[in-house]
Amino acid sequence: MSALLDIDRVGMTYVSGTLLARRVVRAVDDLSLRLEAGRPEIVAIIGESGSGKTTLARMILNLATPTDGVIRFRGTDVAKIRSNHARADFMRQVQPIFQNPFEAFNPLKRVDRYLFMSARRLADARGAEVDALADRALHQVGLSLAELRGRFPHELSGGQLQRAAIARALISAPKLIVADEPVSMVDASLRMSIVNLFRSLRDELHVSIVYITHDLATAYYISDRVLIMQRGRAVESGAAREVLANPQHPYSRLLKASVLSPEDAGKPTIAANT
Amino acid sequence: MFTVLRDLLRYRTEFRFGAILTGFIAAFAALSLVSPYPPQDQFVVPPDLPPSWSYWFGTTSRGQDVFWQLTFAIRNTMLFGLSVAVLSRLVSIAIGMWSGYKGGIVDRLLMSVNDTFIVIPLFPLLVLFYFVLRDRMSWPLLALAMASLGWAYDARLIRAVALSLSSREFTQQCVFSGMRTREIVFQEHLPYVLPIVFYTTMNNMNWSIGLEVTLSVLGFTDIDTPTVGVMIYWANQHTALVAGVWWWVFFPVLFVMILFIGLFLLAISTNEYIDPRSRLARMGDVSG
Amino acid sequence: MSAPLAKVADAERVLDVANLRAYYQTWHFGVSRDVRAVDGVTLHVDRNEIYGLAGESSCGKSTLIRTIVRAIRPPLAVVEGSVRFDFGGRACDIYALDRARLAGIRWRHLSYILQGSMNVLNPVRRVRESFVDFAFRHIGKPMPQFLALVEDHLARLRLDPAVLGSFPHELSGGMRQRVTIALASVCRPDFIVADEPTTALDVVVQKDVLALLREVQRQIRSSMILVTHDIGVHANATDRLGVMYAGRLIEEGRTGEVIREPRHPYTAQLVTSLPRIGDIEPKQGLDGAPPSLAAPPPGCRFHPRCPLAMEMCRREHPPMVEVAAGHRVACWVKAPPGGMAAP
Repeated sequence: MSALLDIDRVGMTYVSGTLLARRVVRAVDDLSLRLEAGRPEIVAIIGESGSGKTTLARMILNLATPTDGVIRFRGTDVAKIRSNHARADFMRQVQPIFQNPFEAFNPLKRVDRYLFMSARRLADARGAEVDALADRALHQVGLSLAELRGRFPHELSGGQLQRAAIARALISAPKLIVADEPVSMVDASLRMSIVNLFRSLRDELHVSIVYITHDLATAYYISDRVLIMQRGRAVESGAAREVLANPQHPYSRLLKASVLSPEDAGKPTIAANT
Repeated sequence: MFTVLRDLLRYRTEFRFGAILTGFIAAFAALSLVSPYPPQDQFVVPPDLPPSWSYWFGTTSRGQDVFWQLTFAIRNTMLFGLSVAVLSRLVSIAIGMWSGYKGGIVDRLLMSVNDTFIVIPLFPLLVLFYFVLRDRMSWPLLALAMASLGWAYDARLIRAVALSLSSREFTQQCVFSGMRTREIVFQEHLPYVLPIVFYTTMNNMNWSIGLEVTLSVLGFTDIDTPTVGVMIYWANQHTALVAGVWWWVFFPVLFVMILFIGLFLLAISTNEYIDPRSRLARMGDVSG
Repeated sequence: MSAPLAKVADAERVLDVANLRAYYQTWHFGVSRDVRAVDGVTLHVDRNEIYGLAGESSCGKSTLIRTIVRAIRPPLAVVEGSVRFDFGGRACDIYALDRARLAGIRWRHLSYILQGSMNVLNPVRRVRESFVDFAFRHIGKPMPQFLALVEDHLARLRLDPAVLGSFPHELSGGMRQRVTIALASVCRPDFIVADEPTTALDVVVQKDVLALLREVQRQIRSSMILVTHDIGVHANATDRLGVMYAGRLIEEGRTGEVIREPRHPYTAQLVTSLPRIGDIEPKQGLDGAPPSLAAPPPGCRFHPRCPLAMEMCRREHPPMVEVAAGHRVACWVKAPPGGMAAP
């Protein structure tokens, strides 16, 4: 089986400060992960702030170049994609979903603009095809072009915007979606529909998803595999339900023990971890 | 564009005032086209007359009508401010945007040049400029000199905006929609940069006019072309205030102050109107 | 552990909010609008309890607590209603106080913990100086005793008094938030308002910070309003819970009761849609979106999204009806005023 995405011992070092006061931060360290082609799955990357999970997402999307190791998408080194043509080709197959749906669209422009743009540029649609493609993608996420046409971001809820962002990502029929905390800014009542949507993307459209999150519960709910990161390193990985039901690494256990469950309601006896 | 103007005129007292003041000064400057006397001519009217029905703003010790002299002076001063502002905007937008979007070594290089310009003391440099050029000094040359010195602050400002815009999530969304860099800059980001450009234009005009007046009063410019500063310079040369010819100084100062206030009001009110946040507030619900 | 449940009989009210309405009244280039962020909220907080306020973004919960502590400025204005505090026998309407009296109450009787703790701690001063700035004049003791008292307080909360010598940027986000909590409680106020105190924190730290809040409340026996959108936090930290939707309180009761037996369809949806580790049942999200507070729908504000909506819901807003002791619900279907509640 060939790899869809092959992250091979990747590392990322940030150097900040001036010559005299250099600070070296190891954001990602020796991390490997492999997603097989032809077997769509949802892989959750779990970590807290500073764990390097967002840096990892940026490297997969070719928004940052790893300082060591290599990330291959269908056999091609992502960091070597430079020409406009190759970049467009890459973006056809790999698309991002961002954290804050209210920030994901230019507040001064209509939302449908980005769907049309993707249809024209990435799916080579012309004329009436553009509308048809946008409408089809919106239907896949439970919206329609009729609802969205001419609307500005502030006229839509966070849930609707996040759906529109997902629809836009779907237009070029990608093979891989990298979603960085896609529901952390979405209201609770709308969150599960988005999470469910990821599941149906995997099952019906056969899209693989790298789901980056700090929330163990949703990771447990939708992902096939998980990888738990701490300070740039993978501390535990494996089948999602096994790992999260019975974590082995001390950090994974601490994470799980820190989840506040509504089950405890009415007996507020919260105790500190430390 | 017209609805913008109409809205501003209708709902913004500051804008209305600013427009009236600036418009008044511009109309006054336009009168220079129908002046009965060429601006350089002297002793065309009796000297040292106080304001009266025949000479509204009085006459100077050099036998010039203050009213008509001032129309030329204001026109030249306004043109001067406008050319400095437009020229320096071109530089600051180009440098700021380039620096902000390119980042890395380009950014560092441009910003070190930029910071050099910020710390250079302008005034002595302009005086030096005058001493080098002497008789060849003219206001277009001075405008050029000031434009090439007056862009640095605003370039930094524009760079900061470009930098923050390019790190926003919607910019990534544009990139992954297949938009090209040029399209992103001009279609997506320009609405955020324009208010700053507009605002700094007004401020830059005020700054350059102020500096031109200062230089002229001290005689460090071409004193044959009437500007507001040059008028005050001549008044000083003839010790107008000691001699009691106060109108020679009063009217130029009054008019340049009106122009200052007018431009300032235009800047702040327009800025608020085209500010993206205020636009959003008018478009619909943003609070919660 | 205090036993707030057992003390219902001698519970006395510290805060009484009656029919409070607070609108954002804006006027932009000829377009004037009222955003009804708080629209007729009645609630009370007893002494020695943590009252949780839940709701989604822009449901008005932040506006409500800003109005309660009178930290409002235009365009936000109180249109109707009253906010009354009772600090140990000294009752007052917070909107009837003059500036001096208000300043006297703040920190001494009423303090806040906000989401961005950096806003409270002065970034260029050591933590000790922030304590002096905020609390020294309220405690009215000479400086050495005051500092000893602060150190004592930190020690009781199991925080290392060494943090007093640090600058805010030297502390981690979680530690900063803990210091802010210590700062807000050092005067032993009767009432503490905590607005999303753990939202910006990582899960591991979040739990510790909540434990600290609970500890503070237990030690100084004050009352607290804790605002957060996170039901998990409420379940673990609050005694009573109020749920807001589109500017109105729609359900209120003992936290355990509200979460285990939610009556309002919105609360029920919120609670049942929460994923849990070990539970792989498919969960459903809610369709639609919260209404605009500038133009809320008539009747019950939840009716456009409600699976149970009937004709009545579209016409009239349901009143809060007591369905069990201390459990109030605003829903025509689940809590009709006649008392014939559907099962």
